[in-house]
Amino acid sequence: MTAAAFGPIADTPSPSRRRAWMRSEEARGLAMISPTFLYALALLFLPVLIVIAYSFWTQNYLEIDRTFTLENYRQALTEPIYRDLFVRSLWISLTVSVVTVVFSYPVAWFISFHGGVHKNLWLFLITVPCWTSYLLRVMSWKVILGYGGVMNTGLISMGLIDKPVTSLLYNSNAVVITLVHSWAAFAILPIYVSLQKVDRTLIEAARDLGDSRIKAFFRVTLPLSLPGVISAFLIVMIPTVGDYVTPRLVGGKDGVMIATAIQAQFGKAANWPLGAALSVTTMVLVSLSAAAIVLALKFTIRRIK
Amino acid sequence: MSDRAMIQIENVSKFYGIYKALDDVSLSIAEGEFFSLLGPSGCGKTTLLRSIAGFENPTAGEIYIDGVPSLALPPNKRPTNMVFQSYAIFPHLDVAENVAYGLKRLKLSPEEEKKRVGDALDMVRLSGLGQRKAHELSGGQRQRVALARALVMRPKVLLLDEPLSALDKKLREEMQVELRTLQKAVGITFILVTHDQYEALALSDRIAVMFGGRIAQIASPKEIYQRPRTRKVADFLGGMNFLKAKVLGEQGNAVSIDAARFGAVQLEKPQGFAASSGHVTVGIRPERLRLLWDDDRAPHELSGRIENRAYFGEVTHLTVGIDGLEQPLSMVETNNFGADDLPIGAEIRLAYDPEAFVLLAEDPPVTRI
Repeated sequence: MTAAAFGPIADTPSPSRRRAWMRSEEARGLAMISPTFLYALALLFLPVLIVIAYSFWTQNYLEIDRTFTLENYRQALTEPIYRDLFVRSLWISLTVSVVTVVFSYPVAWFISFHGGVHKNLWLFLITVPCWTSYLLRVMSWKVILGYGGVMNTGLISMGLIDKPVTSLLYNSNAVVITLVHSWAAFAILPIYVSLQKVDRTLIEAARDLGDSRIKAFFRVTLPLSLPGVISAFLIVMIPTVGDYVTPRLVGGKDGVMIATAIQAQFGKAANWPLGAALSVTTMVLVSLSAAAIVLALKFTIRRIK
Repeated sequence: MSDRAMIQIENVSKFYGIYKALDDVSLSIAEGEFFSLLGPSGCGKTTLLRSIAGFENPTAGEIYIDGVPSLALPPNKRPTNMVFQSYAIFPHLDVAENVAYGLKRLKLSPEEEKKRVGDALDMVRLSGLGQRKAHELSGGQRQRVALARALVMRPKVLLLDEPLSALDKKLREEMQVELRTLQKAVGITFILVTHDQYEALALSDRIAVMFGGRIAQIASPKEIYQRPRTRKVADFLGGMNFLKAKVLGEQGNAVSIDAARFGAVQLEKPQGFAASSGHVTVGIRPERLRLLWDDDRAPHELSGRIENRAYFGEVTHLTVGIDGLEQPLSMVETNNFGADDLPIGAEIRLAYDPEAFVLLAEDPPVTRI
C-alpha cells in the first residue's frame, strides 16, 4: 500500500499541482505514517540488507573481504551439519506450529462461542502467563520435565512408572512442548478474532440446510476462520525456527536448532559472513515452507464444500 | 392451498428469565398457505418463526410440522428452510455453491445437482450468475440467492424472516409481487415475519397480528384490515379514527350504539366482545370518510373545518375538526378533485357510511414485564 502511495511524488510536474497534492488526503496520510515508516525502514529493512550484503562477503581473520562470493551459501547448503540443523529447525517449528494451532483452536472457539459475557476475562487469563519473563517460563519447564521434576515424581506417585523417565528433558520433544506452551496465547488471539468475525447466522443457515453441528463447523466455521488459523500458524512458525533460548535451555544435544549455529558464527567462530548466509537461508526456507503450508491449508479448505 | 394443517402450534411459550417472549401461542397453518406473522419489534414474531425452524427452544408447548411433533428435532432434521433477514449468504462460496449447499447431503449425481441448482436459479431469475461471489451481488440478488438456496431443498415449509426489510422501497414492491407469484407456483407453505403491515396485507392468505408475545388476531388481510378486533390491531394495520360511544342495546349478534355526532349505528358484535360498562370504542378508517363538494349530497353528512393538511402526492391527509367530537378526524382524499388546494380553516362537509364503523374489543392487559 505504501509503495502505491509513494507513486505520485515522482510525477508532480507543476508547482500548482504540487501544492494541491500537498493538501490532499494522500499527502496527509503519508505525513502521518512517515515517522513510523522511516523507523521501520531504518530498523527492519536496513539490517536485513546488511545481513544479505555480509552473506556475499568473506571473513579474513579480522577483516572483511568485500568481493562477491557464493562460498558461504555453498557451505550453508552443503555442509551436513547445517543441513541437519535446517531440517531439524524446520521440522521442530512445523511441529510446534501445527500442535499450537491444533491446541489453540478449541480454546479460541470455546471463548468465542461459549465465553458468554466473560470473554474478556478468558482472554485476560490466557495472557497471564505472558506476564512472566519468557526465560522464566522456559526454565520452569525444566522443573516440570526434569529427572526429579514434577512430571516424573507425579507419575511415580501415581504408580504409572517406577523410576524417573529421562526422555522428557533435553531433546527435541522438550523443545516442542516448551515452545507450544510459550506461543499458545499468540495463536489463540488471532484465531479468536477471526472466529468472532464469523457471522453466527451463517452457522444457523448451514444447520437449516441440513448440516449437523460438526458438519456446519467444518463447512462454515472453519473455512471462515481460516485467516486466523493462517496468521496463528505464521506467528508461531516464523519466530520458532530461529528460536535460540528454548533449545539452549531444554533442548540438550538433540534439540540444537539453527539459531545456535548462527550464534556460534557471529560469536566464537567469528565468521560473520557464514552466519549471515545461514540467517538468509533460514529466512528463505521459512518463507518458502510458510507459503507452502498456507497454500496447502487454503487448498484443503477449498475442497470442503 | 388445502385444508390439511402443515404447522400446528399448541400452547407455545418461551420465557427468557421472567420475560415472556411467547405467551401461550396456538395457531394452525394450512398446507400451501401464505401466512404472515405481523407485529411491532419485540412482539415475539421472530421468536415464533425461529421456534418453528428449530433455533429457539420454547419453554412449553409443542409444534407439529406436517403432523410430526418437532420441538425435540434439531434444525437440520426439520422439513423447513429459512430465508434469513441478513440473507446469510456464505461468503466463501459462489452463488451456485451457495444454492447447492444443502443438496450435498442428498448425494445427488453431479448432473442432477447441477440441474436442480440451475432450475432454482432460473426460478429466482438469477440464471448465469452462478459463478458470482456473495460480495459481488446487490441486495436484491442476495435475497434471491437466499430464496433459491432454501427452495432448492424443496422444504415443506419456507420460513421468511423479514426478507424484504433491507431492500429499498421500489425493489421491495417488486420482490413482493415475485414472492407471491413464486409461492403460488411452488405451492409450498410460506410463513413470513414482517413488521410492515402493507407487505403482510399484500402477500398473505392469512395474517396473525402479535403483541407482547401473544396473538391478537388471526384473519385474512381484508378481514383484519376492515374488522380488526381490538384497538391495537386496528391501529397497527393503518390509520383509524377512534371514538368513544355509548351502548344503546344489544340484539343477538348486533349492538346498537350512539356514536356521538355520527348518530346511532348498528354494529356487528366482535368475537369475545363484552360491554362491561355502557361505553365502548368504535373506529372508522380515514379513507371511509369522503369529502363532499358543492352540491354533493349524502345520506349521512357531518360538517367541520380543516385543521391540518399533509400532501402525499397521490393523496392528501386532512385533519378535520368537528364540533362535539373530542378528537379531530383524520381522512384521506385523492388529489383528483383538488383536496390538496383546500386551505387550512376551510369549512367542509364530509360523508360517512355507518356500516364502516367497527366495534373494537378491549385489548388484553399487558402482563409481561
